[in-house]
Amino acid sequence: MAKVSIFKAVITLLLPLVCLSFSPEEPTDRRILVLVDDFSLKSSHSIFFNSLRSRGFLLDIKLAEDPALSLQRYGQYLYDALVLFSPSTDRFGGSLDLAAVLDFVDSGHDLIIAVDASASDLIKNIATECGVDFDEDPSTVVVDHGSYAVSESDGDHTLIVSNDFIRSDVMLGETEIQAPVLFEGIAHSLNAENSLVLKVLSASPSAYSADPSSKLSSPPTLIGSAISLVSVVQARNNARIMVTGSLAMFSNRLFRSGVQKAGSPNKYPKSGNEQFVTELSKWVFHERGHLKAVNVTHHKVGETDEPLSYRINDDLDFSVEIYEWSGKSWEPYVANDVQVQFYMMSPYVLKSLSTDQKGLYHASFKVPDVYGVFQFKVEYHKLGYTSISLSKQIPVRPFRHNEYERFITTAFPYYGASFTTMAGFFIFSFVYLYQK
Amino acid sequence: MVVGNAESMKSDLLSSLSIRWIKLKTKQQEVLIRVSILCLVYILAFISRLFSVLRYESMIHEFDPYFNYRTTLFLTQKGFYEFWNWFDSESWYPLGRIIGGTLYPGLMVTAALLYWSLRFLRFAVHIREVCVLTAPFFASNTTLVAYFFGKEIWDSGAGLVAAALIAICPGYISRSVAGSYDNEGVAIFALLLTFYLFVRAVNTGSLAWALASAFGYFYMVSAWGGYVFIINLIPLYVLVLLLTGRYSMRLYVAYNSMYVLGMLLAMQIRFVGFQHVQSGEHMAAMGVFFLMQVFYLLDWVKHLLSDTKLFQAFLRVTVTCAVGVGVIALGVGTASGYISPWTGRFYSLLDPTYAKDHIPIIASVSEHQPTAWSSFMFDFHILLFLFPAGLYFCFKRLSDATIFIVMYGLTSMYFAGVMVRLILVATPAVCLISAIAVSATIKNLTYLLRTKRKVSQTGSTEGINGAKASSKALLDRSQPFQKNSAIALLFGAFYLLSKYATHCNWVTSEAYSSPSIVLAARGAHGDRVIFDDYREAYFWLRQNTPQDAKVMSWWDYGYQITAMGNRTVIVDNNTWNNTHIATVGRAMSSYEDEAYEIMRSLDVDYVLVVFGGVTGYSSDDINKFLWMVRIGGGVFPVIKEPHYLVNGEYRVDKGASPKMLNCLMYKLSYYRFGELMTEYGKPPGYDRARGVEIGNKDVKLEYLEEAFTTSNWIVRIYKVKPPNNRW
Repeated sequence: MAKVSIFKAVITLLLPLVCLSFSPEEPTDRRILVLVDDFSLKSSHSIFFNSLRSRGFLLDIKLAEDPALSLQRYGQYLYDALVLFSPSTDRFGGSLDLAAVLDFVDSGHDLIIAVDASASDLIKNIATECGVDFDEDPSTVVVDHGSYAVSESDGDHTLIVSNDFIRSDVMLGETEIQAPVLFEGIAHSLNAENSLVLKVLSASPSAYSADPSSKLSSPPTLIGSAISLVSVVQARNNARIMVTGSLAMFSNRLFRSGVQKAGSPNKYPKSGNEQFVTELSKWVFHERGHLKAVNVTHHKVGETDEPLSYRINDDLDFSVEIYEWSGKSWEPYVANDVQVQFYMMSPYVLKSLSTDQKGLYHASFKVPDVYGVFQFKVEYHKLGYTSISLSKQIPVRPFRHNEYERFITTAFPYYGASFTTMAGFFIFSFVYLYQK
Repeated sequence: MVVGNAESMKSDLLSSLSIRWIKLKTKQQEVLIRVSILCLVYILAFISRLFSVLRYESMIHEFDPYFNYRTTLFLTQKGFYEFWNWFDSESWYPLGRIIGGTLYPGLMVTAALLYWSLRFLRFAVHIREVCVLTAPFFASNTTLVAYFFGKEIWDSGAGLVAAALIAICPGYISRSVAGSYDNEGVAIFALLLTFYLFVRAVNTGSLAWALASAFGYFYMVSAWGGYVFIINLIPLYVLVLLLTGRYSMRLYVAYNSMYVLGMLLAMQIRFVGFQHVQSGEHMAAMGVFFLMQVFYLLDWVKHLLSDTKLFQAFLRVTVTCAVGVGVIALGVGTASGYISPWTGRFYSLLDPTYAKDHIPIIASVSEHQPTAWSSFMFDFHILLFLFPAGLYFCFKRLSDATIFIVMYGLTSMYFAGVMVRLILVATPAVCLISAIAVSATIKNLTYLLRTKRKVSQTGSTEGINGAKASSKALLDRSQPFQKNSAIALLFGAFYLLSKYATHCNWVTSEAYSSPSIVLAARGAHGDRVIFDDYREAYFWLRQNTPQDAKVMSWWDYGYQITAMGNRTVIVDNNTWNNTHIATVGRAMSSYEDEAYEIMRSLDVDYVLVVFGGVTGYSSDDINKFLWMVRIGGGVFPVIKEPHYLVNGEYRVDKGASPKMLNCLMYKLSYYRFGELMTEYGKPPGYDRARGVEIGNKDVKLEYLEEAFTTSNWIVRIYKVKPPNNRW
């Protein structure tokens, strides 16, 4: 009895912990590890941290050099997301290193990287592994003489403004960000070979990456809108990564400051930073834009059971349910661009699925007149949403010997010919044998 | 008392037996001896094929037999209709294969019937045992057919010799040892049976024998694609008889009923279908069929017309018309596509160099290579010398039957020269013709000895036939040494025959009884080392990979992977889709990143390669690699053979071409091999199969990872990684 009760107690203690973690059923992150260079960031970026806390996240803010750092214990990850606000760290404490961070992402966890001009090689390497290349010259920052923020001390135009956002309601929320975003930091570009990385906020065409304290001796390597200010990656396992060259972007100072773009009469009392960062972090931590596809079923028209194989030219019904995570519950996902493929090396059937507005997508079509091992494929990759790639294998067999028509109308002359020949032979034999 | 009684009974029995024996007439004695010889030959043919079971174990050999075994298992488990309609989604992924419609079901049905009847008789046998012993069983039956065939074309003595020769002839044993569960095992029996029944039908002119021959043909069609040989040889034979003026009513009845019924029966085999009326290979038979009718008509008209001049004119007109109509029909049929042209396989039989230039996939198979002289010697031994002698005897006593065996012998010998594996088809003919030579020679010699004795003893015996008279004539010019030389010649003949027997025994035990799925070698101390790597690898696949995993390998191993590993394969030994095989060849000969794209498009999960560098096993994938390049390049011209060669030379050491050193096959074969010490006194990475130090010892894999390597490195299995998560 005692044993059982202890066991129960352990279970009840552990259960919330288990429930808190990221799971396919509750895709929003819960436990976030924030690594900082020094604890002053706690106060200087408190608005951001508090907004996360108020959304229910458990923040664990630690020094990057903390010797007890560890992302996992006994093979279980302790956190669902990692925020690297420690640009100058060139070695993490504890068991954390480049490979550990990448493994963390590759096992489906999220990552935010924010750096500034003091970015270390380690952090830059992590970004490089995610398809984002920071400017290699450590002295450079983004300078923009065209769209800088107007301020009292008209300095070197390194505090720039940008409102060149990616057009995606899923990532940035449905309310439009009115005020431009203030940015102070270093530039990065996207690796052209990486097909997953996206620019969320890009610099204006007049921006460039250079050392503002020295004269330009050669043309800067990164210029104009090739410079990305904020980028995101949604990995194939739906882990989300956000990279930015400005740690200040998250700071209370820029959150609160008013903004006026040089040459523009519009003056906003508050910059767009808070809205932008909050909305994007909602996306990164899977509060938004997470789809799941369940109950993939297919069967012959008029039947309900899923067959082991189809015959060519069968009519079939295919259905799948797709739900979207709203942050609290699964809501039906409504779209008219979800397609199903009936695929064998190339799609033989490509059909848009119709939805009943309650999450059920459905299509019925005829199996092509080709036998082989087919797959039902739903490949749904929409900007901002987690990608859905489902495939379900199903063999398609040809007709069995007794599934053809027994008698063909056009062949009746031949049937007639055969039978008359038989009859004729019989009569002939009879006459031949018995005539006198 | 009891003992004494028993003894007296025994002696009674013995005396009565001996009395009976004495009482038996000569003819009865002869029958008794003949039957007992046949029984012994029957048993001998069976037991001499059991070496493989004794040496290794009761197992299925090689490649194709595994497919046959798998289908037989399916047939016995699921029944005939399921078998007939079987669509196999586990091979040729993702195309699949309609097994019921693309195989010759004769072998499987035969084995299943044997199995079912044994079960019915309450023998608790496993289907594998039946499959293993099917080929020896049919080899025994073949000896019986050979006896009757020999009897039909010559005499019963020749039949007995033929049965004995064919029972142990290596050319036949190579494809019919226990475990070699392949179509040829039953097909040679069916082939010889069909020929025998047809010759018998021609000799007797009996409708019943022709019908039997049609059924024999049906069995052959159901068992092996080699039936095309029958359907071309018999018309050729008939044509020769027609041209030599040996047309007779017997021939008319035999050929027509055999052809029409055989054709209708053959159409029932799904794989053959309408080929008898639609394919170029079968048109000769149809042409000869119509020619027969023309001959019959001419015969009839000749019978009606007394005027020879008029008949000559009629003959000319009819023959011209018939030939003209035939040619036009063939031309129209071919042009309209109704009659399919000859297949590449058929061309490659007529022209040995055809396959090499046009169809690399046929040329790549070792058993499709032109035959070397040594293998003729190896497979036929003294029969090679007896064959011409037999032909001489056949020509000396020309009849419809001997013409047939001569034609069979000559054509099949030609085909045996074109392809190694067709030695098998030639073997029965060679055995029969050699048997005629042996039997006729020995008969003449013994006759010489016996008549001499008889002459000295009784003076004269009643003549039986003309042969006797001729030997008597021979006797008249006899010389004093004749008897001695006859004895010497007889001893010579027996010496040769005994040498043949030893040779056959040796070849069977040393060369033809290896299952090739388990390899044996001699160790450093002369002990036998067994490499069981294939089964180890297939078992690993079966146990450690997901049920629906797709395995890519060169097609040689496809049947084994599906049968033993129970996993889906991309290509297998049924080489029906050249493009699909070329795609695999292309993947194997591309760089890793290009190969990865191909493998992704085919949903490949595992890649299996066979590698002999550690054990010195020479028929591995590196040695087959040039064929992959050729076959791949035949469809995808981006793959070019010269890229893999250096000055026309194929090498894997430092001098190899860069493409060779970095292609997928090289990387998969030699991954981690550079660290391995294979032979004392040689540098690490010394390839024992090629005898060189490999050129690229630092093989890095980016898109694949090693999953399993067998204990002797013969089979290596790699897992295809999923695409990079962040790129």
